[in-house]
Amino acid sequence: MKKRYLKPTEDPLWLKLILGAVTIGFIAVLLLLPLVLMFKEALANGLNGFWASMTEPDALASVRLSLIAAAIAVPLNTVFGIAAAWAIAKYDFRGKTFLVTLIDLPFSVSPVVAGLIYVLVFGMQGWLGPTLADHDVRILFALPGIVLVTIFVTFPFVARELIPLMVDQGRDEEEAAATLGASGFQTFLRVTLPNIKWGLLYGILLCNARALGEFGAVSVVSGHIRGVTNTMPLHVQLLYDNYDYAGAFTVAALLAMLALLTLALKSLLEWRYADELAAAHRR
Amino acid sequence: MSLTVDSVTKKFRRFPALNGASFVAPQGSFVSLLGPSGSGKTTLLRILGGLEFADSGSVRFADLNWLDMPARTRNPGFVFQQYALFKHMTVADNIAFGLKVRPRSKRPSKSEIQDRVKSLLDLVQLPGLEQRYPSQLSGGQRQRVALARALAIEPRMLLLDEPFGALDAKVRKELRADLRRIHDHAGVTTVFVTHDQEEAFAVADLVAVMKDGRIEQYGAPADVRRNPRTPFVSEFLSV
Repeated sequence: MKKRYLKPTEDPLWLKLILGAVTIGFIAVLLLLPLVLMFKEALANGLNGFWASMTEPDALASVRLSLIAAAIAVPLNTVFGIAAAWAIAKYDFRGKTFLVTLIDLPFSVSPVVAGLIYVLVFGMQGWLGPTLADHDVRILFALPGIVLVTIFVTFPFVARELIPLMVDQGRDEEEAAATLGASGFQTFLRVTLPNIKWGLLYGILLCNARALGEFGAVSVVSGHIRGVTNTMPLHVQLLYDNYDYAGAFTVAALLAMLALLTLALKSLLEWRYADELAAAHRR
Repeated sequence: MSLTVDSVTKKFRRFPALNGASFVAPQGSFVSLLGPSGSGKTTLLRILGGLEFADSGSVRFADLNWLDMPARTRNPGFVFQQYALFKHMTVADNIAFGLKVRPRSKRPSKSEIQDRVKSLLDLVQLPGLEQRYPSQLSGGQRQRVALARALAIEPRMLLLDEPFGALDAKVRKELRADLRRIHDHAGVTTVFVTHDQEEAFAVADLVAVMKDGRIEQYGAPADVRRNPRTPFVSEFLSV
């Protein structure tokens, strides 16, 4: 019988099986099972019950609020992320490392702290609160506060995705574009943007997922006014605390479906543009 | 329309890259900047191309104060060592880039651009590769495309930064001969940076040997080789 040799980088069969089983088991128990149970619970009262919980006015209001907050926060953070990545990747200046650390701050700070910071700034006992109240501007316990904390917690996503990408790409192509007579804006539109579009898209999707799902920071500044300042995650908790399990799981399932939709969109785009993606990675 | 470089200096942080480099190149000549790494040859080239700014000194080209013009109005044909092709564009789009970004009044029509791309690909001996992407080309082919892209804007000055540095010896020789042919055909003034003296002497009308940000000796290849003026030049050429 011919002896079979292992390649230096190949693992024995038993190790492959164990690693595979651990991965699949982990995902099944911790991810898939709870998701399935959640959808089952949401459908406990049948499709009609699901529909009734979903179209209940307060639930709809929470969906609308979450979508509005994301619709404001995500574009702003996209613009900010591109600007920050551009500055960090293309310019040399003092304190660059510090700036990168600052951008990471929302990742390392607990969302509750993020919420409290804004209470300190805009609250009635806070720094700007009394002045704003005099002019009848409401930040806390209203949409502006929710949008502000959402921006705060989600602002690293796009920048974080783009910085390594743009640093890696360097300035060569932009320099070439300049010598060929392109203006700064033409260079950005025709050279820089196409080069970063996949990273940018991925950053936006992650940013969007987090903006819709943020709980802690929003919870601090929202005031939990049912049907007015409750976002989807907050509404889920409210229903859950009131023992309305079917309702809570319905809204939770909706939230999860938005996340799954995001992932599906990403996979679809990756599949659709697989060739282009591969071409961009080869050099 | 000659190129006059006069006492150009440049410092990075506190490190001096150029210490007063001067030379004069007649219109249509082919100049090689030759020297070891760190001698300032690439910095000088990038200053000519508008990608770096000189601290002092002057450059005149075609009776223009060259240093006061931004890169995009100088329209130098610049060829980079690492090609710097636009990865996401086809070969045809790469070559046409400099024409497509022109303001509408100066932009050639689509069919004119197409014809120009075709004749440039013939010139660099890559006919029929319009629809390929840079990642599907060999190193030598990529540099030919980069050359075609630089020539598409009809530059008056062609600047090449170690264009064959990443290629193997055989391809270098072929490209070198083609470059000289293309230079003569286009009637441009060419400045060519290299650390390979054989390459510099084989292709250029004038060679500038650089050391520590200065031009040690400047002249026709035969003269420089026969009469090295400083110990550094004779040592550098004898290696």
